Amino acid sequence: MSILLNEQSRIVIQGITGGEGSFHAREAVAFGSKVVAGVTPGKGGTDLDGIPIYNRVIDAVEKEGANASGIYVPASFAPDAILEALEAGIKLIVCMTEGIPALEMVKVKKALKGTGSCLIGPNCPGITTPGVGKIGFMPNFIHKKGNVGVISRSGTLTYEVINMLTNLGIGQSTSVGIGGDPIVGSSFVDILELFEADPETSLVAIIGEIGGNAEEEAAEFVKNKMSKPVVGFIAGQTAPPGKRMGHAGAIISGGKGTAAEKMKAWEDAGINVVVNPADIGKKVVSILNK
Amino acid sequence: MKIHEYQAKRIFVEYGIPIPDGDVASTPEEVREITSRIGKKVVIKAQIHAGGRGKGGGVKTANSPQEAEKVAREIIGMNLITHQTGPEGKRVKRVLVEEALDVEKELYLGIVIDRSRDQEQPVIMASEAGGMEIEEVASKSPEKIIKVGANPVVSFSSFQGRKLAYGLGMDKSIVSKASKIIEMLYRIFMEKDATLIEINPFVLTRGGDLLALDAKINFDDDGLYRHPEIRELRDLDEEEPLEIEASNTGVNYIKLDGNVGCMVNGAGLAMATMDLIKLAGGAPANFLDVGGGATAERIEKAFRILTSDKNVKAILVNIFGGILRCDRVASGVIEG
Repeated sequence: MSILLNEQSRIVIQGITGGEGSFHAREAVAFGSKVVAGVTPGKGGTDLDGIPIYNRVIDAVEKEGANASGIYVPASFAPDAILEALEAGIKLIVCMTEGIPALEMVKVKKALKGTGSCLIGPNCPGITTPGVGKIGFMPNFIHKKGNVGVISRSGTLTYEVINMLTNLGIGQSTSVGIGGDPIVGSSFVDILELFEADPETSLVAIIGEIGGNAEEEAAEFVKNKMSKPVVGFIAGQTAPPGKRMGHAGAIISGGKGTAAEKMKAWEDAGINVVVNPADIGKKVVSILNK
Repeated sequence: MKIHEYQAKRIFVEYGIPIPDGDVASTPEEVREITSRIGKKVVIKAQIHAGGRGKGGGVKTANSPQEAEKVAREIIGMNLITHQTGPEGKRVKRVLVEEALDVEKELYLGIVIDRSRDQEQPVIMASEAGGMEIEEVASKSPEKIIKVGANPVVSFSSFQGRKLAYGLGMDKSIVSKASKIIEMLYRIFMEKDATLIEINPFVLTRGGDLLALDAKINFDDDGLYRHPEIRELRDLDEEEPLEIEASNTGVNYIKLDGNVGCMVNGAGLAMATMDLIKLAGGAPANFLDVGGGATAERIEKAFRILTSDKNVKAILVNIFGGILRCDRVASGVIEG
């Protein structure tokens, strides 16, 4: 078992004929993912290495049984692509696109409410379930099948942590990059809930960063609802206030959202916080061996 | 992206939000002319992006055109240091000259995107504690801040204006006027992709008028592609020269005070690398994310930016190849 992405997932790639879409569709296939269709309006009837391409998401659902989507379209078209997948009844929508205006995501989130569909991202590296497949662009070689769930707001820092775990012989159930934007489809809490319920996950590693209050909300959840051990790291301990550190969501504003506050909230909630990111792997090992 | 107070007030005027009579000037002579046109006591305000201008000596009053010119000579060209500019301060190029008002009450109005899970939408805030830093009000007396969430799918509804206006203790004779201003602020927020709008103070005069005495608008960088009129308001003099050069080459760079330069791919990893330098007893000279699609040329330029910072004594390169190809980084470093 795993969360979100499993043996039943049939993936459609929206924006499959673009440079990133085609490259990462092929990478996903090489990783073993069931990519059953692609969508690019105007390119319907063609194919990518035998993967049929349609004009509309609904065609991919009706003809190929697609139930999960990976979105690689430019920022100005991405909200529309998410809404199209939602309307077509896709239950897992993963949007990699960076640079979507925050107010567009506010509207998309209102549309998602009550539909039962799950959006991951935008501005995220995607989801990987080793042994099953991936949606997104985490490198193929770093993963190993196992029982640690990984959740993160960043991209490359997530690879670093997954790679660190794999090198120590520790596999992952599923790794989820929730994205670095102020408004994202799924929060830490949404994913923690899934890992807590997943029998194949025995520990969760969570990587937060400065800005917003997603870490504080995660602390509340871990404290009250979580029985599994959690190891955490927060990036941006040296970040100055008022500056956006790459991610639109990573900004300390009005003295709120500092790494120090978040680390304290996590410690108070019983999360095993490491100060040095290089210690995440060792911490996980020491808890698993207890 | 940030803009100046006078630019924000021009947007207010477009939307019918009342502001004091006044104009922007870049010479003392212009200040004198504007003051004589206004024909009464004026306030002269330095136009820089940082807050805390009053305490730093960047906001002064004058009773006559002659006095206004004299005050303007002191402010224009001064190096204004506030708690937000850092010790080096900011040079003042322009001032806003406005009529002084007979203020009865100083209030606060603001809009931000509330990121908490139960909101995830703009939230409009009002407080009777105007003129103070809102963060201070929030931590010392949070009951003084009234909030109302604004679902953009539903759009603005006038009860929201009433909730805030009555909450501020306003007389019923001015509630609808206040509500209209709040609605216009919300429209600016939505139509211009703002991330923050503040009127602090929002004043009630003894004559019963409501005006925006100050104005602050920050915009979502990700929304700028659809607002050319906002992009034009960018003032490059307010930004760090190396940061401008970096943004032109597609590199995400923020200058810091340390001496260890870093070049990293990915924002999270870049922050974690800075943290590692600090933990090892050093101090990072910058945040630098080369981005996912970096070419050898971009890496070379990023390297030039790092080496042109005189404080940099050593450079740490931390690249985790995923989308980014490590061979491109290597050749960029060698060429740089």
